[in-house]
Amino acid sequence: MKGILKTDKLRVEYKGRDFRQGPKVALQGLDLEVNSGEVFGFLGPNGAGKTTTINVLLGFLPPTKGAASLFGIDVRQPIARRRIGYLPEMTYYYKFLTADELLRFYSKIFGLSGAEMDRRIDAVLNLVELQEARKRLIKTYSKGMQQRVGLAQALINNPDLLILDEPTSGLDPVGRMKVRAIIQRLKNEGKTVFFASHELGEVETVCDRVAIIAGGELKAMGKVSDVVAQHGTNLEAAFLDIIGYQPQPI
Amino acid sequence: MRTICALAGVVIKELYRRKDFYVLFVITIIICLVMGSMNVFNDNEIVRYIKDIALLLIWISSLVIAITATARQIPAEKENRTLLPLLAKPLTRTQLILGKFFGCWAVCGLMLVCFYLFFGLLSATREHQWPLLHYLQAASLHWVMLGVVISFTLLGSLVFAAPSSTSTICFVVAAGILLVGRYLDRIALSLSEPWRSIVYAIYYAMPHLEFFDMRNLIIHDWPLVEWKYIGLAVLYGFAYIVVFLAAACLAFRRKPVN
Ligand SMILES: Nc1ncnc2c1ncn2[C@@H]1O[C@H](COP(=O)(O)OP(=O)(O)OP(=O)(O)O)[C@@H](O)[C@H]1O
Ligand SMILES: [Mg+2]
Repeated sequence: MKGILKTDKLRVEYKGRDFRQGPKVALQGLDLEVNSGEVFGFLGPNGAGKTTTINVLLGFLPPTKGAASLFGIDVRQPIARRRIGYLPEMTYYYKFLTADELLRFYSKIFGLSGAEMDRRIDAVLNLVELQEARKRLIKTYSKGMQQRVGLAQALINNPDLLILDEPTSGLDPVGRMKVRAIIQRLKNEGKTVFFASHELGEVETVCDRVAIIAGGELKAMGKVSDVVAQHGTNLEAAFLDIIGYQPQPI
Repeated sequence: MRTICALAGVVIKELYRRKDFYVLFVITIIICLVMGSMNVFNDNEIVRYIKDIALLLIWISSLVIAITATARQIPAEKENRTLLPLLAKPLTRTQLILGKFFGCWAVCGLMLVCFYLFFGLLSATREHQWPLLHYLQAASLHWVMLGVVISFTLLGSLVFAAPSSTSTICFVVAAGILLVGRYLDRIALSLSEPWRSIVYAIYYAMPHLEFFDMRNLIIHDWPLVEWKYIGLAVLYGFAYIVVFLAAACLAFRRKPVN
């Protein structure tokens, strides 16, 4: 199926705290389309609107205008989230639960039970290498371990589409490599991965296509090689060129 | 249904792993024990008095525990951002509210069982009798009353963001209803228009929590209330629970979370 993640002229305004300021426009007319089976990198400077886009896709935030859909289902319907996994930008999980209990809780929401649930939990804990720590409270985990719990909960339902918001932030080089390997592996299994990132090197190695946004507008979208070829010698140069960065004399 | 049970299970686990609620619980029990052991002649009046105070304490601490536990549920989820991975699962916000409600209500039920069991033991040492049905009537109405309080606290926690202000406001409202709710119609009579109509409107619209207060039944060993009236009171409580939960779902439905 093509276009399993789609946004259509998406516009989001945050209401200001203050009436005089007026609303803050975070996205203006964003059109995205992610095809089945690809790894899609979502790039943009800080404050570009990446997290906002993801929040709309998950139904956290109603769009001011436009629409978004997952698997062709409008994101306002909870059923659209049946086959997705999501890793939030910041990793906070119930600190009073253990990783095992957390995953059990989430799998129940996905309707898993019995042996199937145990099997899934074992599989994802092995994948993120948290088997030994599974019976410990999450509040005793290091940041990297919490990030990995996040990845484990995103994979618990064996999703067809993964939406990751900066999955490698806060991880050590080995951790990053492992996350990259996991993304590769999911891609080989035919899964679709949509992820926001600031690590251009990483994006260049794992992504099929990228979109670059700035100021809530789409600046470029296409195959990594095409984007690089059009705008510079590597992805970093292309990124800086696309967002219109001018080096300032110091 | 499974989703709601799973959510409620997490609420119960949290409250059971947090230590601060035990403190209030234990304090209540200790005060009651101390009072119970005061050896003042086996005068009926005094026993009654002690029972009265012990029940009052149980009422106050059950209200405090119900309100503080409920008021922080959704704000804490927002603050810790655990709401995001949760809402990214295929569950509706209505299910989330219901899960929170049943979790808190179940915790309160367990707490009441402990309280009344303890109270029963305490008074059995004094009076050598077990008016089980009396306790059952009082505790079940108490529990329904806490259900009403929990549902409006849940609604409050979605309207006023900070848990501390939600708790304070809900506690004041609950205490106000319990203390002056039954006199509001008389107060209304003494007022002039338009205040009279307003106070009357409040009198008829608010949940009369004092209907659920059966402490006197236990204190004075009154005869049991007919079960059909208990049933009516339970229905009355459920009607308010449904209204408050529906309002909470409406308030939460379109709320952006991030
Ligand atoms: N809750 C909010 N209220 C008001 N404005 C907001 C809110 N959340 C985000 N914004 C604004 O919307 C814009 C887009 O923010 P967003 O978080 O989507 O950026 P981002 O691309 O994820 O950035 P980063 O790379 O730093 O994570 C920013 O200008 C931000 O200030
Ligand atoms: Mg972001």
